Amino acid sequence: MSAAARVLTGGTSGVEANFSTNYELRCRECRKSWGNQPRSICDDCFSPLEVFYDYEAVRGRLTRERIASRAPDMWRYAELLPLPPHYRPSLAVGFTPLLRAPRLATDLGAKNLFIKNDAVCLPTLSFKDRVVAVALAQARSFGFDTVACSSTGNLANSVAAQAARNGFKAWILVPADLEPAKILGTQVFGARLVRIAGSYDQVNRLCSQIADEHRWGFVNVNLRPYYAEGSKTVGFEIAEQLGWRLPDNVVVPMAGGSLITKIKKAFDELIELDLVDARPVKFFGAQATGCSPISTAVKSGNADIEPQKPATLARSLAIGNPADGHYAIKVITKSGGWSEDVSDSEMIESIQLLAETEGIFTETAGGVTTGCARKLYRQGRIAPDETTVLCITGNGLKTTDVLAGKYEAEEAIRPKLAEFETYLQKTLESEFSETVEA
Amino acid sequence: MTVTVQIPTALRRLTAGTGRVQCSAANLEELFSALDEQFPDLKAHLRDEAGEIRRFLNVYVNEEDIRFLGGNTYFFQDGDEVLLVPSIAGGVS
Repeated sequence: MSAAARVLTGGTSGVEANFSTNYELRCRECRKSWGNQPRSICDDCFSPLEVFYDYEAVRGRLTRERIASRAPDMWRYAELLPLPPHYRPSLAVGFTPLLRAPRLATDLGAKNLFIKNDAVCLPTLSFKDRVVAVALAQARSFGFDTVACSSTGNLANSVAAQAARNGFKAWILVPADLEPAKILGTQVFGARLVRIAGSYDQVNRLCSQIADEHRWGFVNVNLRPYYAEGSKTVGFEIAEQLGWRLPDNVVVPMAGGSLITKIKKAFDELIELDLVDARPVKFFGAQATGCSPISTAVKSGNADIEPQKPATLARSLAIGNPADGHYAIKVITKSGGWSEDVSDSEMIESIQLLAETEGIFTETAGGVTTGCARKLYRQGRIAPDETTVLCITGNGLKTTDVLAGKYEAEEAIRPKLAEFETYLQKTLESEFSETVEA
Repeated sequence: MTVTVQIPTALRRLTAGTGRVQCSAANLEELFSALDEQFPDLKAHLRDEAGEIRRFLNVYVNEEDIRFLGGNTYFFQDGDEVLLVPSIAGGVS
């Protein structure tokens, strides 16, 4: 690894942080070093590559105080991200709120519940903004002028927006049945959107083939090891926002399975660098029953997933052959956690529950997470007093179609006080009789 | 019966640049044995120390994941196109 000093000027804060280029790609299985290059597979054994850091180069220089002095965005943890030398971020991504959720807790039977709210992550209202921010930093350094991805929607939005912001051309490949808001929220940024008549898994396989033929920076193919590291910032923020303490439990939605493994890596790194005290954290995965390869494997005690054909409205989680499934299973089982899944109707009820109790409008994945958390409390797998964090990863404004028919448009009344009073009386009587019936 | 196998770019250095191979394998095991025989250097990349096909190698037949077709029990049809595609993953232990 190069030990050359580099400078990161927090693009959003002007805070300067000196640190070394202290990372490289290594094979997860055979440990062969691949330096730094746009590559995600070890040619020797076909296993995935992972970013490894020289923690000794960071130890002592990355302190709680130093982090706290920086701008409230994900770049405050720059030393633990694979950023190119002299990288200047152009967007303040991340550092989303960690909220106590007392009213949801009452419903779930919890007493110490928090929500990590990436429904308000910028610039495109999902946690994917974090991974894309890191991937595009490397795309520039590797000399790509075009970036691309396969996506179930949120990633499409984020690649398109950040490509526009950073002057890349963007090609986005998505399953043709994606939610209209996610399609529009990609096209508006000027990206080329290619709708594929097939599942996400087929889109993903196609992208692997395209990446073999075209010199594009596919954020979740040849830039994937760097991209995935961006997810760690969810874990860093949870620990910092809890007062530099790890929670007892985290509940994480799983599509490809990467996020849950990276939150685990983040916690391990904070322990390694003495930024938090070591303690056991249980990892709980959440999936939709209609696409639950990881959850099914955990429940049956299998170390590997069996691929499934997705059949769920939770399209952002509809990955039947999750790339990180094997590692997600390992993280969950080794931690003593569990994985649950919920039906589409439970998911929709949970979207409404989270909105009504905490004022957070989440997309389908957040409904899955909330619904699974409810099951985990009822099963006694999560104890009420334990500090538990639910990861809400996307915004409900992107998947309003799943709530179609749930809210009827009221008949308009004329702008007269008397009419309003009549309307109010009628409504209160109706609510009263509903309560009595219940 | 002829089956065509597409070799990923990353492995073509082990097949003297050959990107497409034809063989007459009846099933997955026979197909990998045929590749082992024709390209001995490829074997260590496609199989692990126990001789099993590597965990992160996905096999597609006519663009369908072979696991949906029965995996090892699937019998190839004449003209089948087989794709070998590494699974793109990261993760921690």
